[in-house]
Amino acid sequence: MGFFLQNIVNALQWGSFYALIALGYSMVYSVLMLFNFAHGDIFMAGAYIGFFVASALLGLNALGIVVMPGWLLFVLTVILAMMLTSLLGMLVERIAYRPLRGAPRASAALTGMMVGIILQTGNLALLGAKRRTFPALIPTVTFQIGEASVTNTRIMIVAISVVLMLALHFFVRKTKWGMAMRAMAYDFVVVPLMGVPINSIARLAFGLGSALAAVAGILFGIAYPVLEPYMGLLVGWKAFVAAILGGRGSVLGAAVAGFLLGFIEIFVAAVFPSTLRDLIAYSIILLILTFRPHGFFGEPYSARLRL
Amino acid sequence: MFRKLIVLLSLLALVSAGCGQAATTQQPTIKIGINAELTGDIPKVGEATKYAALMWLEDINAAGGLEVGGKKYKVELVIEDNESKAESAVAANTKLITQDEVLIIVGPQASKQAVPAGEVANNLQCPMISPWSTNPRTTLNRPWVFRACFLDPFQGPVIANFVTQEFGFKKAGVLYDVASDYPKGLAEYFKKAWEDLHGPGSVVAYESFTTKDRDFSAQLAKIIASGAEFIFTPQYYDEVPLILKQARELGWTKPIVGSDSWGSAELVNLAGELCYGLFFSTHYAAAGAKGATKAFIDRYNAKYGYVPDDVAALTWDSLLLVQKAIQDAGPLTGNLKEDRKRVRDALASIKDFEGITGKMTFTEDGDPIKAAVIVRINDRGEFEFYKHVSP
Repeated sequence: MGFFLQNIVNALQWGSFYALIALGYSMVYSVLMLFNFAHGDIFMAGAYIGFFVASALLGLNALGIVVMPGWLLFVLTVILAMMLTSLLGMLVERIAYRPLRGAPRASAALTGMMVGIILQTGNLALLGAKRRTFPALIPTVTFQIGEASVTNTRIMIVAISVVLMLALHFFVRKTKWGMAMRAMAYDFVVVPLMGVPINSIARLAFGLGSALAAVAGILFGIAYPVLEPYMGLLVGWKAFVAAILGGRGSVLGAAVAGFLLGFIEIFVAAVFPSTLRDLIAYSIILLILTFRPHGFFGEPYSARLRL
Repeated sequence: MFRKLIVLLSLLALVSAGCGQAATTQQPTIKIGINAELTGDIPKVGEATKYAALMWLEDINAAGGLEVGGKKYKVELVIEDNESKAESAVAANTKLITQDEVLIIVGPQASKQAVPAGEVANNLQCPMISPWSTNPRTTLNRPWVFRACFLDPFQGPVIANFVTQEFGFKKAGVLYDVASDYPKGLAEYFKKAWEDLHGPGSVVAYESFTTKDRDFSAQLAKIIASGAEFIFTPQYYDEVPLILKQARELGWTKPIVGSDSWGSAELVNLAGELCYGLFFSTHYAAAGAKGATKAFIDRYNAKYGYVPDDVAALTWDSLLLVQKAIQDAGPLTGNLKEDRKRVRDALASIKDFEGITGKMTFTEDGDPIKAAVIVRINDRGEFEFYKHVSP
């Protein structure tokens, strides 16, 4: 029982990252109908930006210029990194996606990959292959719930993720901007004719997705404090799987699928030999997609006017 | 005109060659080749090789030469750069053996260079000793090639013995990267050694992940649930800090033990106090060294301004082994082929040699049986000598 509970705690944390990153893929997809393959690397960039912001703030703290408690440092780091990373996301949209809006979709997908490679190798050239340790902004406290070990950071990670997902869901469903995004998802030929600015909406989608990736990056840095330029590669691809599994363009679907992916990976490793983890986990995903090819919350293409 | 120049040059060459011969007949010389990574990817390795070799030569010169069979020989080091490339290492070895006519070669250090260079030495029947190459293929089926360090498989039994003696544990957990050669191989060697000591089933958890994985919580939860008394993880500084952190967060307070892949200063930078007090096995430890090892470290440090690493220490030991082999082989005949054979035989039969990296006895395969060093990471984050352990 304790073992089971412990794995649930582990899976919740691991799933949070997939879910947060998958949301970024979904946001962009719902507006532009294409996947931003640089998203995993924007997550990496977010982690590094968070690292530099946190180091700068810690430096100020150490010098006694601005003295802040750990939680305030953390909140400031998150907010600043979200802002900076969303700027990066918007820049990527402006440079790599907007000029190709009329181009074949394969070209736009390729652009994303190129941007991803540029971000990875640019980081490598700029900062070198040296690993960075994400500073522990909040001291970790471990406590027991029943037979499972839980830390304050784990609870924080899961809580922040869930709150952000709900906020995003609310934003897309209840606000004018969200409505514009959904309308754009419905038809991006007619909707702009009705006065909805497509460029602003695309920028918004990239900005929001990147801000979420920054939060994911910082939380990832706190949970797994070894940063390296290729850290976004594998996580990015797996989160992409979650985005597809959730249903292309569905915020709720991406979040649910992200957690599901975390649970499948952790429990497969917990029950079967861990060598077979990805083999079994992704066979399960393949099976799910065979029976639900549009994911959990996705609509068949034919239901859309655009395709 | 051109022809004249050639005649002149060949005359000059003849004269200079004659001079060289005249010099050697006056004072008998032993030439030792050094094949080192002086430039390229790992110039620090080449530098340590050269520095250790020059320090050794200093001792020989101070003693007025090397005494072999009652006769004093002058020692000359022929240092060749292999540019950290396999093909250059082969070329350097060929040059040293055929052109410079060295008696024995020390180096190359890294397996990438030592494996192909060993092929040349073996074919041309010139003894060679690589101080630092741990790949089994360097010496495999090559009677003329030796090494001064232990091989990868060797650390499995060392760790198994150490943990058994030190803690008296009976149940082991292993966590390793299944997609990487070194950790996978070492995990298997360790499992076998542990089960030989404590019976089948005594490795209660044998968990793996793949390269670039960041979350090990499921594997660690399994290890904890299995009742393992310690975790052996032969990983690099990329994963070890994360494994230590996640294990602690899951409530693990028992020891985590590593192999020589832990021996990087980066590990301490990344893991911080999480790694203090933990043990791993390696070739050599600078902090806490005693006796001859300490004397070597202090002298090297005073001369070159930094604490020598394992390459320097193993090169030093290699040269002392070479010195002993040459002395044991004496008296030298002056026939290079015969002398090389004698030195090889002498090197192969060295027993209980007291090196600064431990006591060595050579096997017929050219690999030493030697004790490994167990290092404890102390509370200042230094790698401190803890004890010697034999397999």
